[in-house]
Amino acid sequence: MNVTLKVWRQKNSKSKGHFETYKLNDLNPDMSFLEMLDVLNEQLIHEDKIPVEFDSDCREGICGQCGLTINGRPNGHHHHTTTCQMHMRHFEDGDTILVEPLRASAFTVIKDLKVDRSAMDRIMQAGGFVSVHTGSAPDANSLPIGKMDAEDAFDSAACIGCGTCIATCKNSSAALFTSAKITQLATLPQGEIEREKRVVAMVDAMDAEGFGSCTNTEACEMECPQEISVTNIARMNFEYNRALLLGKK
Amino acid sequence: MGTSVIFKNTLIRKIFMSLTGLFIAFFLIIHLLGNFQLLLPYEQAHLQYNWYSHLLSHNIIIEIIAYVLYATLIIHILDALLITLENRKSNGQGLKVDKRGVNSSWFSRNMGILGVIILLFLILHFKDYWYMYKFGNIPVDEKGNKDIFLIVHESFKQGWYVAIYIVAFIALGFHLAHGIWSAFRTLGVYNKWYIKLTKYIGITFAILMSLGFAIIPAIIYLKNL
Ligand code: HEM
Ligand code: FES
Repeated sequence: MNVTLKVWRQKNSKSKGHFETYKLNDLNPDMSFLEMLDVLNEQLIHEDKIPVEFDSDCREGICGQCGLTINGRPNGHHHHTTTCQMHMRHFEDGDTILVEPLRASAFTVIKDLKVDRSAMDRIMQAGGFVSVHTGSAPDANSLPIGKMDAEDAFDSAACIGCGTCIATCKNSSAALFTSAKITQLATLPQGEIEREKRVVAMVDAMDAEGFGSCTNTEACEMECPQEISVTNIARMNFEYNRALLLGKK
Repeated sequence: MGTSVIFKNTLIRKIFMSLTGLFIAFFLIIHLLGNFQLLLPYEQAHLQYNWYSHLLSHNIIIEIIAYVLYATLIIHILDALLITLENRKSNGQGLKVDKRGVNSSWFSRNMGILGVIILLFLILHFKDYWYMYKFGNIPVDEKGNKDIFLIVHESFKQGWYVAIYIVAFIALGFHLAHGIWSAFRTLGVYNKWYIKLTKYIGITFAILMSLGFAIIPAIIYLKNL
């Protein structure tokens, strides 16, 4: 199949950036979207041009490293998928495909399609952990946890931190990402000790990075590759309001 | 906690939004029930509505609640402005081509536009009735009460005026269809069943309010054709 690509090219975080048009012929429809970009880069290297920078690692939808805006939607026109799980068969022969980075004011473009998502790491560093002694591993069932709690916590823990929720939100809110970790730990006994401190610290960190307010459009859940539920956001609000009422910081 | 934190905190902003919104929504129920008196048979509606208006405007408790309501509305509007502007800043330069709209409902994304329509309506509404009643030179009925019924009744004989009201109530309906359940979620209702329940309550409330308010001018207009 043949496609025309319009790819965002930007030299560094300071420069302005623009779309560059490339034609790719004889692509295998079973290629993944990222493999198609690899083909583009080989073509560019042959032509002595600078290849397009983009992030990826596992290429099987579990690491959260990839993430591109394809035709105006983060990770393309499929719900609940990562960019690496998009395949060329999801497009038509002769299509023009527009590729931009994930956008948010907290995500600065490093180069081309590569963005700096370290703001999300800093939210995690603020409270996305439990403080425990890491001596020898405890017995697996020494701490009883109900089946439903374990399932709920696991659903929240499934977040891969890709940033799709932020990029798809008109407010660039990091509520879904932040709340998934808060909910996971608030559901489990291990998280109880730092419960109030955690939610306040993580929300403060989220705000310090310049992410917006959640207005419950629920676009994030629709696009999330892991189908993380917006009920996590409600739980974060509950935990935060509870910490406020208890006067704990 | 200093005031600067309150303005910077993305969750506290929403708490103000939800509490003020729910308070105004509660007022809507009372206001609608009172206004249904306009649909009584003409003679009865005439005297009863004027008596009711007199009662409301001469009761100190109701007057205090009214001023709390005005303050609430102003906080709601200013907070909406703050949230909208800050969120726009967070979104940065945005996408060059933006197709993200398919992931959410139009009205959930455009609460501000719906709010502005409601606000424009409120300005007209206050000017024609509230200001008229308080400061206007209006006739009195046979019981000696200010004849606000006559003014309302006359204004709803005009088709364009009724049309403005109905458009505003449609906007209100969509605003509430997102606003009510969103407010509960902002306050931290996270149980799956309660989330469902508040969604049903919110949408039912929105339909009842917009229909209820819209039929009053519509019926008066049709009766007078
Ligand atoms: C009858 C009048 C009104 C009622 C009953 C009402 C009610 C509500 C409620 C319950 C919410 C949800 C709060 C939340 O999600 O936390 C809301 C949100 C909102 N309201 Fe109103 N409102 C009214 C008038 C207005 C007006 C006049 C404006 C603007 C000029 C406005 C602008 C907004 C905006 C922008 C939001 C969304 C904020 C957000 O998504 O965080 N509203 N409203
Ligand atoms: S590259 Fe790992 S999720 Fe896409």
